[in-house]
Amino acid sequence: MTTGMIAATVGYDVERVRADFPILARRLADDRPLVYLDSANTSQKPEQVLRALDEHYRWRNSNVGRAVHQLGDAATADYEAARATVATFVGATDPAEVVFTKNASESLNLVAGVLAWADGARRVGPGDEVVITEMEHHSNIVPWQLLCERTGATLRWLGLTDEGRLDLSGVDALITERTKVVSVAWVSNMLGTVNPVADIARRAHEVGALVVVDGSQAVPQLPVDVAGAGADFVAFTGHKMVGPTGIGVLWGRRELLEELPPFLGGGSMIETVRMESSTWAPPPAKYEAGTPPIAEAIGLGAAADYLSGLGMAAVAAHEHAITAYTLEGLRSISGVSVLGPTEAVDRGGAVSFVVDGVHPHDVSQVLDSYGVAVRAGHHCAKPAHRRFGVQSSTRASAYLYTTKTEIDTLVDGIHRVRKYFKVA
Amino acid sequence: MSLDALYQEIILDHYRRPHHAGLREPYDAETRHVNPTCGDEITLRVHLSGTTAGDTVADVSYDAEGCSISQASVSVMSDLVIGKPVADAMTLHDEFLTLMQGRGAVEPDEDTLEDAVAFAGVAKFPARIKCALLGWMAWKDAVAQATRAPTSKEETA
Repeated sequence: MTTGMIAATVGYDVERVRADFPILARRLADDRPLVYLDSANTSQKPEQVLRALDEHYRWRNSNVGRAVHQLGDAATADYEAARATVATFVGATDPAEVVFTKNASESLNLVAGVLAWADGARRVGPGDEVVITEMEHHSNIVPWQLLCERTGATLRWLGLTDEGRLDLSGVDALITERTKVVSVAWVSNMLGTVNPVADIARRAHEVGALVVVDGSQAVPQLPVDVAGAGADFVAFTGHKMVGPTGIGVLWGRRELLEELPPFLGGGSMIETVRMESSTWAPPPAKYEAGTPPIAEAIGLGAAADYLSGLGMAAVAAHEHAITAYTLEGLRSISGVSVLGPTEAVDRGGAVSFVVDGVHPHDVSQVLDSYGVAVRAGHHCAKPAHRRFGVQSSTRASAYLYTTKTEIDTLVDGIHRVRKYFKVA
Repeated sequence: MSLDALYQEIILDHYRRPHHAGLREPYDAETRHVNPTCGDEITLRVHLSGTTAGDTVADVSYDAEGCSISQASVSVMSDLVIGKPVADAMTLHDEFLTLMQGRGAVEPDEDTLEDAVAFAGVAKFPARIKCALLGWMAWKDAVAQATRAPTSKEETA
């Protein structure tokens, strides 16, 4: 479903986009310019988002949904407007289907948590199965392990091909009548692979399973239509999509949010409270106990507006071009191998690689001395690394503001790494 | 930022040819330590010539996977502590820890720390301090287990 957009010819002026991101102009030690290639970890923030946060705290700060005064009205209106903006951004027709959380991890834990407590057919229990994949981020593995340990359900997973794609050959044998939940990354944070979420969702729905999608890398990079993807829940986070930290999203189909029990209890999520028992507010409030991250939600709304202004098709086209250029550059260096698809087909902007004879920490350290910021380690995907027989890797992840010149600096830096450690 | 301040030649030498590597018998305690942020791992064994804290470190052997700093550090540490009384080796541990936590302001004593003074530069790279300490932490833990073992009944009572 993503290959079609490769043909997108719409574009934007990268230098003008970069001017929106103050941090990209800063200099590092030895007066080197910053080459930020760690956007899959967290993205940088444009002026528009910084201004939204500042204006909220400076002029409109108040708690939401409870204050009967002008500031309360303003903050509540902004908070709910952000919800509507985010809903539209991911193709949701009903803003009530957008639950604000702390991050994608909380969103995934929310779903896994309430499925243990659900009444009736949705409840996950002994004999039930949960299906994930071997390329998941730890945040889409551990909550399901906890759910299975606590309920007596069994965790199963789809393996990977040598190219770093899901091995779907046994999918019908894996997703069966026993499967209660299928949870899969839309785009891998380590391998970059874009997964056929709609195909997997179709199979999962055939057997009556719920489909949870970790959209943490997809929503920042691709035009996303949550309903069209066939998902029941989509989790993502603000800070990877030019928004602030501390704000995540769980999009969920309304009838499921209504049917399933609450996650956290507290203020705002109730309808009425008596000493004996309480009843719940309708979603999304039902899942937003306590004072929410108000400024962060408003900042996320500004981030979604910013991305819409560029156009997600243009963002995806830019990512695709830069990713292809990165893969080509890495291919030109001997002793460097890419983990994951080596062609920019159904592939996101995260490129993990191994430099023979040099540990990723050391690769990253040398690159840092040239101002190039990458990530070194297991990128919270230890099982996927194990699948490819490595303990860790170096990951360069571009974003909408990355230039080809920056990729040239990366490639040049890797040559210097190999020289420094005498493996060239 | 000077890379050479971090990657002293001694460190790169130990990284390429680590001393005392490989797991050996006999041993009194084995520990496994992981740096959860990067995934570096070490399995380390300690053999003491006796079983009380007054005794000597007879052998340190290990199987480690990690970066140049963590690999070189455990190699240098093994050179330093093997053959030393446990109490003296523990003093070295404390001295090395102080050096690592000193933000580059602590002057290392070459007479006691020997090759380990090469790690002085690591203290200026906060993200790498854990790498340099991984082996030392595994060793300290193993020694604690080895010396505790005979009295464990009393302690757990």
